[in-house]
Amino acid sequence: MPSLKDLKNRIGSVKNTRKITKAMQMVAAAKLRRAQEAAEAARPYADRMNAVIAGLATSVGSSDGAPRLLAGTGADKVHLLVVMTAERGLCGGFNTTIVRLARARANELLAQGKVVKILTVGKKGREQLRRDLGDHFVGHVDLSDVKRVGYVNAQEIARDILNRYDAGEFDVATIFFNRFQSVISQIPTAQQIIPAQPGEAVVTNTLYDYEPGEEAILADLLPRGVATQIFTALLENGASEQGARMSAMDNATRNAGDMINKLTIQYNRSRQAAITKELIEIISGAEAL
Amino acid sequence: MANTLQFDLVSPERKLASAQVTEVQIPGADGDMTAMEGHAATITTLRPGILKAVSPQATLAFAVTGGFAEITASGVTVLAERAIPVSDLTGTLLDEMIQEARDLAAMADDKDAADKIVNDLQALRYAATH
Repeated sequence: MPSLKDLKNRIGSVKNTRKITKAMQMVAAAKLRRAQEAAEAARPYADRMNAVIAGLATSVGSSDGAPRLLAGTGADKVHLLVVMTAERGLCGGFNTTIVRLARARANELLAQGKVVKILTVGKKGREQLRRDLGDHFVGHVDLSDVKRVGYVNAQEIARDILNRYDAGEFDVATIFFNRFQSVISQIPTAQQIIPAQPGEAVVTNTLYDYEPGEEAILADLLPRGVATQIFTALLENGASEQGARMSAMDNATRNAGDMINKLTIQYNRSRQAAITKELIEIISGAEAL
Repeated sequence: MANTLQFDLVSPERKLASAQVTEVQIPGADGDMTAMEGHAATITTLRPGILKAVSPQATLAFAVTGGFAEITASGVTVLAERAIPVSDLTGTLLDEMIQEARDLAAMADDKDAADKIVNDLQALRYAATH
C-alpha cells in the first residue's frame, strides 16, 4: 500500500505528463493544418505533371526509343525500397505501419530470390529496420534539420535515386509512405516510381504539338516526375505524421486524465482510512480509561 | 479590349499566379514564343529565362529555371520548378543559381545540355542586370 505522500507525488507527476501530452497535441494540430495546406498547394503541380506524363507515355510508351525511366532496364532483379518515415517518435503507429509494410515487401522479394536494397528517409524507420534488414541498407537521408520540407529536399532525394539508377544499381524503385486520409486514419502505401507507372491518360480531344519532340519532352519530364512523386509522398507523410501524433497525444491526454481520477480516488480513500484509524485509536484509548 | 486567356503559373510548392492576360511570352527550349488567345495546343519544355504575362492592367514577369508549359486555345499553364518574380531577382540570387547549375553540370553525363543551362542562366543574369 503506497503511502499518502507517494500517492500525492504520483498524481503530481501524472498531471505534468498530461500537460506535456496536451501541449504536444496542440502543437501537432497547428502543424497538421500547415502540413495539409502545403499538401493542398502542391496538388495542382503534381496533377498536371502526372496528366502530361500519362498523356505522353501512352503515345511514346511502346516505341523502342522510350526513355529508360519509363521502359525499365529490362530486368526485375534488384529492387530499391525507399522507406520514408518520421524523424521523431511519439506519433502512435505512424512509423511502425510503414516499416511493417516495407519489411513484408522486402521479405517477399527476398523469398523470390531478388536482391533488395533499402534507402531510408527519416531516422525512425532506419532504427526499426536495422536489426533484421540492416545488411541491405545502401543509404540514408537525414531530414532532422529541415524545419519545413521543401521541393529542394525532394529534388535531392530524387537526384540520389536517379544517379543510382543511371549507375545500374537497381531495376525497380518503390517508395513507402503514409497517405493522409484523416486525423485518425493514415494508409501505408507502396508506390513504384521507377520504371514510371503513369496513370491512365485522360482522353481529350485536344491534339498537342510538342516542342521539342515527344520523346525529348518525356525524357525531360520523367526525372521531374520522380521528384514530384517523392515531394508528394514527403508532404503526405508530413501531414500523416502530425495527424498520427495528434490522435496519439489526444489518447495519452485522456489516459492521463483517467489515471489521475483513479489515483485521486485511491488517495482520498487512504486519507479517509488513516483518519478513521486515528479516531478508532483515540476512542478505544478513551474507553480503556 | 483584346481577347484574354487564362494564365496559371504553378510551382511544386504552390500556385504562384493566376490571371486573365492577353499574351504570355514563354522561353521555350526551342526558342521563345508568345501565346495569345486561340494559340494551337502545344506542350513545350522551358529553358531558364524570363516568362512574361501581359494584361491590360499589368505585366507579370518571372524568372523561371525549368519545367514546361501547356498551351491551349483558352489558357496557358506553366509548371516551373522555380519561379521568382523579377522584382525579387537579385544578382546574388542569380549567381547562386549559376553556381548550382555549374556544380550540376560538372557531375552531369549530358555535358552539352548541362552547359546550355549554365549559358542560359548567364544570359538571364546579363538580361536582368542590364
